Amino acid sequence: MFYREAGDFSTTYPQDSQTFPIKFDRWRYYAVLFVAVVIIPFVINDYWVNSIFMPFLIYAIAAIGLNILVGYCGQVSLGTGGFMAVGAYACYKLMTGFPEVSMFIHVLLAGGITAMVGVLFGLPSLRIKGFYLAVATLAAQFFLVWLFNKVSWFYNYSASGQINAPERDVFGILITGPNTEAWATYMFCLIFTIFSAVVARNLTRGAVGRQWMAIRDMDIAAEIIGVNPLRAKLTAFAVSSFFVGISGALFFAVYLGAVEVGEAFGITKSFLVLFMIIIGGLGSIFGSFAGAAFLVLLPVLLKIIGVDWLGWPTDIVAHLNLVIVGGLIVVFLIAEPHGLAQLWRVAKEKLRLWPFPH
Amino acid sequence: MNYKLGTWAVAGLMAASPVMADLVFPSLSYRTGPYAAGGIPFADGYADYFTLLNERDGGIGGVMTRVVECETGYNTEKGVECYESTKGEGALVYQPLSTGITYQLIPKATADDIPIHSMGYGRTSAANGDVFSHVFNYPANYWNGASAAVNHILDVNGGDISGKKIALVYHNSAYGKEPIRTLEKLSEKHGFELVLLAVDHPGQEQKSQWLQIRRERPDNVIMYGWGVMNQVAIQEAANIRFPMENFIGIWWSGAEIDVKPAGDKANGYKALSMSAVGDDFPLYDDLKQYVVDAGKAAGAGDQLGTVPYNRGLYAAMLAAEAVKVAQEMHGEADITSGMMRDGMENLVITEGIMAANGVPGFGPEFSVSCQNHGGDGLVAVTQWDAAAGEFVQIADFAPTDMEIIQPLIDEDSAAYKAENNIASNCN
Repeated sequence: MFYREAGDFSTTYPQDSQTFPIKFDRWRYYAVLFVAVVIIPFVINDYWVNSIFMPFLIYAIAAIGLNILVGYCGQVSLGTGGFMAVGAYACYKLMTGFPEVSMFIHVLLAGGITAMVGVLFGLPSLRIKGFYLAVATLAAQFFLVWLFNKVSWFYNYSASGQINAPERDVFGILITGPNTEAWATYMFCLIFTIFSAVVARNLTRGAVGRQWMAIRDMDIAAEIIGVNPLRAKLTAFAVSSFFVGISGALFFAVYLGAVEVGEAFGITKSFLVLFMIIIGGLGSIFGSFAGAAFLVLLPVLLKIIGVDWLGWPTDIVAHLNLVIVGGLIVVFLIAEPHGLAQLWRVAKEKLRLWPFPH
Repeated sequence: MNYKLGTWAVAGLMAASPVMADLVFPSLSYRTGPYAAGGIPFADGYADYFTLLNERDGGIGGVMTRVVECETGYNTEKGVECYESTKGEGALVYQPLSTGITYQLIPKATADDIPIHSMGYGRTSAANGDVFSHVFNYPANYWNGASAAVNHILDVNGGDISGKKIALVYHNSAYGKEPIRTLEKLSEKHGFELVLLAVDHPGQEQKSQWLQIRRERPDNVIMYGWGVMNQVAIQEAANIRFPMENFIGIWWSGAEIDVKPAGDKANGYKALSMSAVGDDFPLYDDLKQYVVDAGKAAGAGDQLGTVPYNRGLYAAMLAAEAVKVAQEMHGEADITSGMMRDGMENLVITEGIMAANGVPGFGPEFSVSCQNHGGDGLVAVTQWDAAAGEFVQIADFAPTDMEIIQPLIDEDSAAYKAENNIASNCN
């Protein structure tokens, strides 16, 4: 009844090609943005920002990045953890090397550096595909972690090999370090998340995105109709790594504050982000958010229910957590192989017909 | 069904609702994952000691204690979540039992005015209280451990180890890397050759490292391992027939569960210690009476007397003693985390205090001051007796080479101070 195009007239081409062509969708989008930008910063506290919002926002950026590579361009990557580490260490070196520069610039530069590293490791994708490419990116994962462990220049020769984020600000508002305000770190991450989502959304529905999808669906056919595979694959690696690098930089500098490469950016991180996009939905920006929310919020929710409400022992809850999350992943993949995003799409289709489905 | 769930939820809420005026000790434990072998007994010991204080003495200074447990799985992200979710409950002191989480909490807890006690782990240079106002690592730190291991090797070899080859098998993380610089300095001083062998998390795969040991033939091996890594290393050492009496682990690599899988072949394995071993203490009678027999033991209640359990008890005892000092200093029974910090900074542990708690000779005597948050750094040596199935203390608590360690502490803490613009804590 409410969810349909009827009555919403486009008078210009930009209006016709906007992201949310349905009025109801558009208003919902504005409402979500309004709540996220205007309401949440005023009610948020340390617990909410550090346990829920920050990991969600940061993992959403990483998932968007990986989704561009895997979901849109069809290049399987297991190197996400390694590329996040590049972002984190690049950000650390920039923060300690140029303390007076704004954090915004550091994070963006860290993303840029990661993009370059990503292109480098994306070169093999021109020759190999599928599982073999996955193994090549796995090599990137292990190599990068080894590199940041081995070469002490990356961690400024500290005795423990840990990197610690010093206090840095944006326009005089502290963003990193222990004395930050909850709303400041939240807003900082939120700005990057919105930026990433908008950029990714517009890239994927433009010429570049169509080239990626052509390569994904059938690379030989794409080449025949004039898509340059070199350019398409390498731009996918670059853009994907750029977002992953941003998320790595935020993960280290704003969220954790101290990082050890093997523990924070190990192979488990690569799998975690990959699971996010598989559960959320390959080739969908909304899916990246849904997957990140699913894997970040569910463990916290289960912990609150199990330990704080029911008073069960912590180890039982931790084990149950693995069982439930694992079980839900299996259920989701069987019931809806295209992820949460597909559920959302189906729901929208149904909503369009409601309340007269025939 | 719905009714049942609702009842459960209400019962849970009632059980979880906070009791007024209590001393809250968060326990960032890990009972799951590859490090649970050490995490479970430590968490049990920590919780049982406070249960005992509640049951026997009615808390500390008349105020009941409450342990809030939060599972971290030795994972730093979960550690952050646990810290944020427990700090609001009035947490007095954090003991994360993880070097990675400690690094993360140092700036956060300092800003929140909550002390951290990283007992024998964490950032070694936090021993400099002038820079690290809220971090304490008494009674001994990693660098004391490295020095103590070398001292023991010196003792065994009659004071001369020049030309010897010593290998360090370490967990490839902040924890394992900590002693490297100290050992390098010590190798210059004593003229031994140092071989570094890193083992990646979680440490189940160590074939190549021990192959290298077989090839390099070091005279001694020092290990900085934790969790499943310890068991694997000791098994591998047994497999290549490395003489166990030349194999010495840090205090985190010396629990019964680490040596038992290797059976008799592990006999003679040595480990450093900062707290006593065994259950031959009067405290254990009370524990049995008030906690175990009353069915109030934490976890499965089967860890009593093991090395990490004792260490949990020891950590809890030091925390409780610090609470007493704080209560006396501020004349208030229900102290805050800031007062707890003062208590920890003025803590003095003597033989008399330990005996009064039913644990004579449980740890070294030491005192904490504003400048020195690391205690005196006395370390003992224990050895595994496979036939008896217990660790035996073979060398008493002895001083370590502070001549080497103190400049390193000063250097590292000065770098941290400059990097973060920290004002001096002590005048």
